[in-house]
Parts: sequence; C-alpha cells; structure tokens
Amino acid sequence: MAQLQAKQDALSARISGLDLCREGWTASLRADALTRLSAMGLPGKRDEYWRYTDPSSLTAVEAAPAAPFIAADEKMVFSGIDRLRIVFVDGVFDADVSDDLEMAGLEISRLADAADQHWARDVYGVLETQGQTPVQRPLAALNTAFATDGILIRATGQAKMPISLIYLHKSDTSDVILHHCIKVESGAELTILENGPAAARFNSVMEVDVADDGRFHHIRTQGRDHDRRAATHLFGRLGQESSFKSFTLTANGRMTRNEAVIEFTGDDAIAHVAGAAIGDGAFHHDDTVFVTHGAERCESSQVFKKVLKNGAVGVFQGKILVKSNAQKTDGYQISQALLLDGDSQFLAKPELEIYADDVQCSHGSTSGAIDEGALFYLRSRGVPEREAQSLLVLAFLAEALAEIEDEVLAEDVRIGMENWLARHGGA
Amino acid sequence: MLEINNLHVELEEEDKAILKGVNLSIKAGSVHAIMGPNGSGKSTLAYVLSGKGGYEVTEGSAKLEGVELLDMEPEERAAAGLFLAFQYPVEIPGVGNMTFLRTAVNAQRKARGEEELSAGDFLKVVREKGKALQIGSEMMKRPVNVGFSGGEKKRNEILQMAMLEPKMCILDETDSGLDVDAMKLVSEGVNALRDAGRSFLVITHYQRLLDHIKPDFVHIMANGRIIKTGGPELALEVEQNGYADILTEVA
Ligand SMILES: Nc1ncnc2c1ncn2[C@@H]1O[C@H](COP(=O)(O)OP(=O)(O)OP(=O)(O)O)[C@@H](O)[C@H]1O
Ligand SMILES: [Mg+2]
Repeated sequence: MAQLQAKQDALSARISGLDLCREGWTASLRADALTRLSAMGLPGKRDEYWRYTDPSSLTAVEAAPAAPFIAADEKMVFSGIDRLRIVFVDGVFDADVSDDLEMAGLEISRLADAADQHWARDVYGVLETQGQTPVQRPLAALNTAFATDGILIRATGQAKMPISLIYLHKSDTSDVILHHCIKVESGAELTILENGPAAARFNSVMEVDVADDGRFHHIRTQGRDHDRRAATHLFGRLGQESSFKSFTLTANGRMTRNEAVIEFTGDDAIAHVAGAAIGDGAFHHDDTVFVTHGAERCESSQVFKKVLKNGAVGVFQGKILVKSNAQKTDGYQISQALLLDGDSQFLAKPELEIYADDVQCSHGSTSGAIDEGALFYLRSRGVPEREAQSLLVLAFLAEALAEIEDEVLAEDVRIGMENWLARHGGA
Repeated sequence: MLEINNLHVELEEEDKAILKGVNLSIKAGSVHAIMGPNGSGKSTLAYVLSGKGGYEVTEGSAKLEGVELLDMEPEERAAAGLFLAFQYPVEIPGVGNMTFLRTAVNAQRKARGEEELSAGDFLKVVREKGKALQIGSEMMKRPVNVGFSGGEKKRNEILQMAMLEPKMCILDETDSGLDVDAMKLVSEGVNALRDAGRSFLVITHYQRLLDHIKPDFVHIMANGRIIKTGGPELALEVEQNGYADILTEVA
C-alpha cells in the first residue's frame, strides 16, 4: 500500500504543472485516462516490467536537459523520399515547414484542432485502455490524459506516399507529449514514417486500428541526441487478414523505452515488430513487446537486435500470449545483443504463454561478442579492422532491417546505421 | 620474396611452443610445397604469417620483399601482397559474397594509393574470373561461405586470390575436400596466376595436387621445424612411404 501511495504522490507532483483539456471531443476520454492513471500511479522500480529499466527519469517532474545533436554533414533520414511532411518542433506543430495535411484516400487532422464529431473518438485512448491489462502502462495513460497535440489519420484507400512525422528538437529542456491515432479502413494501406528526437523528453503514443484487409507500415528512427529520453507506446489492433509491420532504429539516446502492444482480433492477420538499437556509452534502451493472439491462424514476429559498447545497456521484454481460441498461431520471437566490450550489458525476459494446443511458437535470446574468426578473415583480405567490424555489425542487424519491406526506405535506414558506425569507431 | 628466419611461435594462452625455429626462403616466381604430419605446425605457420591473433612470436622474423611482416596488422600484410587460402574458410552470415569481395578489393587498392574499382568494372572482372572457377552469380549473392559445400568454399578462396592478385600466395590444404574435377579447376586457377613476380607456398598432404601445380621445392615439416627439403621427388617418396623413414633419418 505504501508503494502505491508513493506512486500516487509521484503522479501528483508530475501532473501538477500539466493542463487537462476540458473541452471538445477528447475531454471525457482524457478525464477517463486520468482516472485510470490515478488508480495506478506512476511506474516504480519494483514493478514487474520496470525491473531492468529505472523509470525515474521518465517520471520525474521535470525533464533533464538534453542538447540537440547536430550532424551537419549527414542528410536526415527519409529526406530523399517522396512523402507528406508533418513537422513538430519540440512538440509544436510547424505549419510553415509542413506540407498541407491533404492526400487522396486519407483524412488527416491534428489532435489540437480536430472538429467535434470526430472518427478518432473510437480510437483515442481505446486501444491504450485495452493495453492496460494484464500489464499496467501508466505512461500511456498519462499521455492520453495530457497530450498536447498529435496526428489523426484515417485511411480509406491506398495512400500514394508515406506520411512522415518529423520531430525536431531545438530546446534543451523541452518535455513533450504527443498522441497519434491511425485508422486503416478495410482494404486501405498506409505507411507512417517517424524520425527525430522530438524533445529532451518525449512521451508518445500511437494507436493503430487496422480493419479487415488493411495494411499498415511503420518505420521509425529515433534521433541521434545523446541525452534525450523517450517513452513510446505503439498499440496495434488487427482485423481479419490485415497486416501490421513496424521497424524502429534507435541510435543514441540516454534512455529509451519502446513498448509495442499488439492484439489480433481477426483471423489470418500478420504482425511484425522489429527493432535495431545501437548504443555507445550512456545508453539505455528497452524494448517491451506484448502480443496477444486472440484469433486463428495469425502470424506474429518480433526481431530485436542491439549493438552495445562502452557500458551501454539493452533490455528486451517480450511476451507472446496465445489464447485458447487462437489455433494455428505462428509466433516467432528473437532478441539478440552484440556486446562489443565487456562493460556492456543485455537483459532479456522472453515469455510465452500458450493456451491453445495447435500452435507453433519459437523464441530465443542470445548475447555474444563479435566473431573473431570472421573479423580475422575479413582483415586477412585487406579490410581494415574498423570497416570489418562495421560489416559484421551491419550483418548482425540485417535480420531486423530485413523487416522493412520497401527497399528504398530500408536503404535509407541502412545508411543511417552506417553513418552512426562511422562516427563510433567502426562499431 | 619471403624470408623466414628462425621463427619460434608459442600459443598466447598456454606456454606451448608450436613452431621451433622455421627457416624458409622463397624466391619470386617459385612454388614451394610443405608437407608434414598432422599437428606439425603447417597451419600455424600460415596463420602467423598472415597475422592471426592468439600466437606469440618469441624469436625470429618473416620478411616479405625485405619488409618485416610480423610488425604489421593483418590488413597491412594483405595490402603488402600476402594472401592465405584458409584450410577452413570462415562463414560470415549477413555479409554477401559480392559485397565482401568488392570491399576487400577496394580496401587493398585504397591502401596502396590506387583508385577504387567502379561497381561496373568490378562486376565484369568477377564474372569473368568466377566463370573459370564455376562460381556463378547465385553463389556471389549468398552470404560469404554460408551453406557452401567444402569444394565450393575452396573455389571461393581461389576466386578471392584471383581478384586480389597477391604476390605471395599461401594455400593451406586447398586440395582437401575437392573432387577430381574441382581439383583441376582449382589447379588451373592457381596455374593461371603463376607469374615471375608471384610466389606460392602450397601446404598439402597429397602428391596429387602437386601433379597439377608443379613445385620447385618440397619441404617436410615435423614438430615445428622444417626437417627436410628436396625437389618434387620428395613428395612422391612421402606418398609411397609415409613420414616414418624421413623422421628416423633426421632423428
Ligand atoms: N589455438 C590453438 N590452441 C591450442 N592448440 C593449438 C592452437 N593452434 C594450434 N594448436 C596446436 O598446434 C599444433 C599444430 O597445429 P597446426 O594446425 O599448425 O597443424 P597442421 O600441421 O596444420 O596440421 P594438419 O595437417 O592436421 O592441418 C597442433 O598440436 C595443434 O593442436
Ligand atoms: Mg593444417
């Protein structure tokens, strides 16, 4: 009880400076979220899914300062891609550098100025609420209650180019909460790109409701700022024969917690969630993924790879829950870390909970050093050590990168990885 | 070309001497063969020359064209013209064979101050040289040595050698695991590279390879030393009588 009291006290302090919006269609949804949040309190170190990651910097009253990273000689990822750009600077929408929020087959609006009778009523906070059981996610509820803006996209057809959310970070102390809702209607297809650090501290939620036969693609890179902190939640609900594919590249960042919560509600759907994280020094990266199979013949895959050096820490928590009705489920989960020195650390908690009898599920988790035999082989052919290491690191990450279907986007992300490796002594 | 002088090598982990004073002098354009019982130190010699870790040189030197090899990084030795065809070629999942070869060729050119090959030029040369070794585009697309048969791995080593055009080629049991036809392909590949400015050190257990690649000298290594040197007839003698006679003769 004392523990809950402490969490609730921490919550009161955290939200004392935040405004709860009491107008418009989100007002009651936000009030509900605050009620949920108040019952839970903020996450604490003893919570089952916060044992490997200290939540204190994510729950502190104020964001710790973080200087933006400037890489003048590198092009920003996705900059050569045809896309509709939506730019937030420290969480504030910037109309001057954004494109018009219009595209055939899509309805796009901003959370901050969405009209009263909005389709997103059925999504906003709804997937987040469902994602609160069996494991509480207070930071997501906090987001639903206090988000200042975000993008609401309803896809009714084939989007002709990706929607690109660009998160610029300029102020050292920005503390940002954004909430996006995506509804992919039956037969529609949409690609969302996200890139940039967003803020000194960033709390983001993206709720994605994919109807029958809908297709959703998500490719994200989280920005290179060394001291930025982020807690993100990606909620996915999948209808029959739909597909959902998400890939995240994280390079740098002092603290990152990426949660993905996927639920299959229709048969024959596919959900792939993948991540590549590369960290050097003060870097703590946590992927926490929950997949619930509640329908038949669905396929889920999670591929998470981390490259860690100089004391960087990687965490993977992944749970596949197969309900008794979810026969013929095909579940695959792999989490691997490449530790480039003895100081770095990888903590993994893979879990399978299966109540159906006819399923195929595999999971594995490994951590290891670079293959010295392969390194020598490359060097014996004249490849300098740094370059040889980079090749092996990219090879290690390749399985995660392969989850990006679009080759042009995959190449863009790969170049981002190479740039990082070039800056960080080969690996 | 290669001058090895009184080379003594121990394992880094344990105080175990493997090479106990190897002397070998290889002139430009010549082919030397090394034979010897299992565990005599042949691969160790090849590894130490190419710079593999885990060994400690306690005495001696190895010079390539007058320059001390033992002070150089493995990649510097490669750029200086040394090449080792591995007894056990290494599999590298996730790195395409083509990418690997191109990276290697261009890294060496860069180290020597030469211009890098364009993707088009490189492809042309690889196709041509691969064809002679029956390595098609399908094998080039696969990850380095992953899922290659024993013989394919060895042919892949020779392709690398052909692409890198080294001055001093060391072949460690390149013939083992090859069928008769592959043996011919590989030997032809090696012979095509024979040149007044290029030398070979061929480690083998069998006379048969030496029928195809005619050596100028044959050395017998035993217990970390070269105990006997002769002409091609020495290989025939080993083939017929084994090592027993030679070992007692020098003992
Ligand atoms: N890294 C190592 N650790 C332990 N022992 C080693 C190592 N490298 C070599 N040795 C030992 O050194 C000796 C020489 O090995 P090496 O591989 O050089 O022999 P070889 O002449 O090539 O034999 P083969 O004909 O079987 O290929 C062997 O006894 C081997 O076990
Ligand atoms: Mg050997």
